[in-house]
Amino acid sequence: MPVFRADLHVHTVLSPCGDMEQSPRAVVKAAKNKGITLLGIADHNASENVPACVEAARRAGSVTVIPAVEVASVEEVHILGLFPNPADLGAMQGKIHQRLGDDKNVPEKFGYQVIVDHRDNVLGFNDRFLLAATDMDVDTAVRYIREYGGFAVAAHVDRPAFSMTSQLGFVPPAPTFDAIEVSRFADPGEYVDLGYAVIRSSDAHLPGEVGAAYTELELEEPTYDELIMALRGEGGRKVVGYSPTIKVMA
Amino acid sequence: MKVKDLVKKADLSVLVEGDLDVDVEGAYVSDLLSDVMANTEAGGVWITIQTHTNIVAIATLNELAAIVISSGKEPADETLERAREEGVNVLGSADPSFEVAGKLYKLGIKG
Ligand SMILES: [Zn+2]
Ligand SMILES: [Zn+2]
Repeated sequence: MPVFRADLHVHTVLSPCGDMEQSPRAVVKAAKNKGITLLGIADHNASENVPACVEAARRAGSVTVIPAVEVASVEEVHILGLFPNPADLGAMQGKIHQRLGDDKNVPEKFGYQVIVDHRDNVLGFNDRFLLAATDMDVDTAVRYIREYGGFAVAAHVDRPAFSMTSQLGFVPPAPTFDAIEVSRFADPGEYVDLGYAVIRSSDAHLPGEVGAAYTELELEEPTYDELIMALRGEGGRKVVGYSPTIKVMA
Repeated sequence: MKVKDLVKKADLSVLVEGDLDVDVEGAYVSDLLSDVMANTEAGGVWITIQTHTNIVAIATLNELAAIVISSGKEPADETLERAREEGVNVLGSADPSFEVAGKLYKLGIKG
């Protein structure tokens, strides 16, 4: 079975902390250059740029976009929801809108939240405060992601902020989530005892970071369904490797 | 001072009763469980607005005397059930963490 590289956690200009260069075309191009075939587009509590990224990827060829969103729970734990198509993601997005406060973004302080098309033309701005937490606790957020047909991944569990580990002390063993994600700084092997598939992604906010961390998967073809089979360990599809671990000084 | 004295004097509710005769050795306020894990010791009372089941694990790990859930937050059933299983004292207060901490401090409990 062929091996594909997946970077399933990449932000766009819609995230206030995302670089202004992080447009759909730039993200797709960077992924292509790095040999990333499965590209998860996940902005903070929002997903308006997913359609543009899907279209940019279709035009560029060789990259498949996985529609996704990075939900902030009430405990400020980040959870990735991966979805089979933009429509199912849209249903989850509706729930996030309901559960996110009414606060408005202050672009001068937090950054612009830009909605664009696949040619990188600006269509408008999301005016909600997307860096806020929703009022869903972790278990509720996971329940909704699953209910709307998605796959729930505890994001960057090794990181000192906005992770299960930092906010809630540790990652409970399966099946609280469907999989867990580590950053380029952690050894995925340290997490296997928890009983989850472990992915590694870049959490890129700049084009230069796209594909800086990835998961290698054996799949028949690079599709959402095949990806999920691999993460569930079904049909011989599986995770076979990762980008290198970056050692940091303690 | 024992946990049961604290309940009475600081006007706390008992959400889950473990052993209310445990001695209180100090108190700590934090909502980051990684921070609580690193900075609390046996006999400590932990004041927080977190309600996830993981709070019970932290309390048992560090042998805390009690968890006080402030601001009237209601823990999920799963959290209460886990606390019952583990015999962890879970107390509640309608007051925010600052007020709860103030009451405890006045009662002579120091960090
Ligand atoms: Zn995050
Ligand atoms: Zn992120």
